[in-house]
Amino acid sequence: MTSNMVEDLVEREYAFGFHSDVDTELAPKGLSEDVVRLISAKKDEPDWLLEWRLGALRHFLTLVEPKWPNLQYPPIDYQDMHYWAAPKPKPQLASLDEVDPEIRATFDKLGISLDEQKRLSGVAVDAILDSVSVATTFKKTLAEAGVIFCSFSDAVREHPDLVRKYLGSVVGYRDNFFAALNSAVFSDGSFCFIPAGVRCPMELSTYFRINAAQTGQFERTLIIAEEGASVSYLEGCTAPMRDENQLHAAVVELIALDDASIKYSTVQNWYPGDADGKGGIYNFVTKRGRCAGARSKISWTQVETGSAITWKYPSVILQGDDSVGEFYSVAVTTNYQQADTGTKMIHIGRNTRSTILSKGISAGHAQNTYRGLVKILRSATGARNHTRCDSLLIGADCGAHTFPYVEVKNDTAQVEHEASTSKISEDQLFYCRQRGLTEEDASTMIVNGFCREVFDELPMEYAVEAQALMRVSLEGAVG
Amino acid sequence: MLHIANLYASVAGRTILNGLDLDVPTGEVHAIMGPNGSGKTTLSNVLSGRDGYDVSGTVTFDGVDLVPLAPEARAAAGVFVAFQHPVEIPGVGNMYFLRTAVNSIRSHRGLPELAAVEFLGLAKEHMARLAMDPAFLSRSVNAGFSGGEKKRNEILQMSMLEPRLAILDETDSGLDIDALRIVAQGIERLRSPHRSMLIITHHTPLLDDVQPDRVHVLHGGRIVRSGGPELAHELEADGYGTLPIGVSG
Repeated sequence: MTSNMVEDLVEREYAFGFHSDVDTELAPKGLSEDVVRLISAKKDEPDWLLEWRLGALRHFLTLVEPKWPNLQYPPIDYQDMHYWAAPKPKPQLASLDEVDPEIRATFDKLGISLDEQKRLSGVAVDAILDSVSVATTFKKTLAEAGVIFCSFSDAVREHPDLVRKYLGSVVGYRDNFFAALNSAVFSDGSFCFIPAGVRCPMELSTYFRINAAQTGQFERTLIIAEEGASVSYLEGCTAPMRDENQLHAAVVELIALDDASIKYSTVQNWYPGDADGKGGIYNFVTKRGRCAGARSKISWTQVETGSAITWKYPSVILQGDDSVGEFYSVAVTTNYQQADTGTKMIHIGRNTRSTILSKGISAGHAQNTYRGLVKILRSATGARNHTRCDSLLIGADCGAHTFPYVEVKNDTAQVEHEASTSKISEDQLFYCRQRGLTEEDASTMIVNGFCREVFDELPMEYAVEAQALMRVSLEGAVG
Repeated sequence: MLHIANLYASVAGRTILNGLDLDVPTGEVHAIMGPNGSGKTTLSNVLSGRDGYDVSGTVTFDGVDLVPLAPEARAAAGVFVAFQHPVEIPGVGNMYFLRTAVNSIRSHRGLPELAAVEFLGLAKEHMARLAMDPAFLSRSVNAGFSGGEKKRNEILQMSMLEPRLAILDETDSGLDIDALRIVAQGIERLRSPHRSMLIITHHTPLLDDVQPDRVHVLHGGRIVRSGGPELAHELEADGYGTLPIGVSG
């Protein structure tokens, strides 16, 4: 965005300016202070949060979209989308018979239970709303343990001091283009607080949905684990999320105090576009954790199979001494999907350790890029990192790329990097087929084997689903 | 029975099998011997349906024409190859692999799938006979296995899959004397009136422990001599040097 464009925008705001109308169902297209005020008013937010949003907006308007990722996509017109849509319930269906047979077939392949299929399809259970808080199951058990797990909006109302203290403390709105955009217009998201000494009694899971066409989706997640607390958090699900071309720019912030640990697992399967690369979701996500306390630990595990464009670098700032950061990733791209994903490990504290294990799988005409930064600051005496990036290519028209950046400012640090690129070998396929497996079963098995070390990091039921997901994602890619 | 007539196979215009004829009746164990480059591994590949060969001629098994069938369809028909160099498949558990293979073959035969517990019991039984540590099951398929471990793993798969035509491609190569005996016993246990076996080798020690019904000499891509078990010892004494000069390749 050039400065001329910014001026144009300012002009336009005046030309098409409007007054906040709290009853409106859909904000007018475009990004402006009025729209931000509308969102904030809709959510009945305190002034400090509105000011924070406005600060983010003003900063956003000075930025240009990053061009460094290894991604090709048509320009996004940020003024040609709606930034607020009233939550609408999905159309209620009387039974699963009304669900698109193609979607049902995929559900079956993924082994999703009938109850879950009903929930996902909106059959006579609680509706899943667009842009609004997710189901907060087991709230009572959590409350007894002192765990707060609620929508971001609820947290702003009920725990404003905690939100104010930690919001933007890991990913400030000045961090990057998409984080600034999110900070200005975020709709809702999740908030999770584990008080000192508490092991969260259950895995926290939330399902994100994108539904209303033309509405950018801007989730905000904030997870805080106090001294000695621990939590495992699951985001997303393996069921396919269908939608038209849609921008998604989420921000996730994690904070771990002394001896705390946070495990964050993602399975992402948004609509990747059709076989010709049309449609599909653009996913620009900023995820970062701060190991603020000594001996704290933050672990990211992601399985990325969806989206037309993925731009995502779950990172860890290793601030506390002896803190640990981990990143385990499987990124699958097929057809014309593009992924530029990886992590940043920023070592500040003494004896901090990080592990990066990235598995990229590329098929069709897809491009799969690992981009990672390991930064050891002068203060990080005794820091260690181990990185391994493995790429698997299926077919001749896809690409795998690795961009590992390493910056070491302390002589005592140990940094190791390994990388490999391979194809599914004819020998492996033939061996499996000789034992009676079809070519497709054989390749799915080999791919799952390739991903095994990452799947092992997932909670059990997710690991099983992830394997089924590999099969569905790569259907027709081999042979 | 396995019936091969006038079999030709070539790779990139180079003829490797050159009019091969061979019959292995049901219940018999035949050995194929021959020097390096005589076409032994090509024969195994062509019988099991590996891509990359131009094939002509007849290969039937119990009257079924194998030539147009995909490898997995041949496996379903009962063809099994114990490979000379079993491939490693990192991250895929040996038990999972074996169970998937057993159940896909069973489903082709119209048998119900084996449940995990049932399968495990059976696998442990077979492994004990092959002096394999049960820990093998939790390792990745052949990954980091020694040569002998890989070969034993092949025999384990063969025992579990109960093929009707077993082709052992140089299963004895690279084995020490103890491993050789265990493998030989494993093969001998599979000898059955319902099964044909084809043992491809260029050594004779295996044939001391596994007595073949017939021995064939493969040279220049065709069978140049056939005889009883004594032929193996004759070859051991005289080498392949006395063979008639066949077609090169």
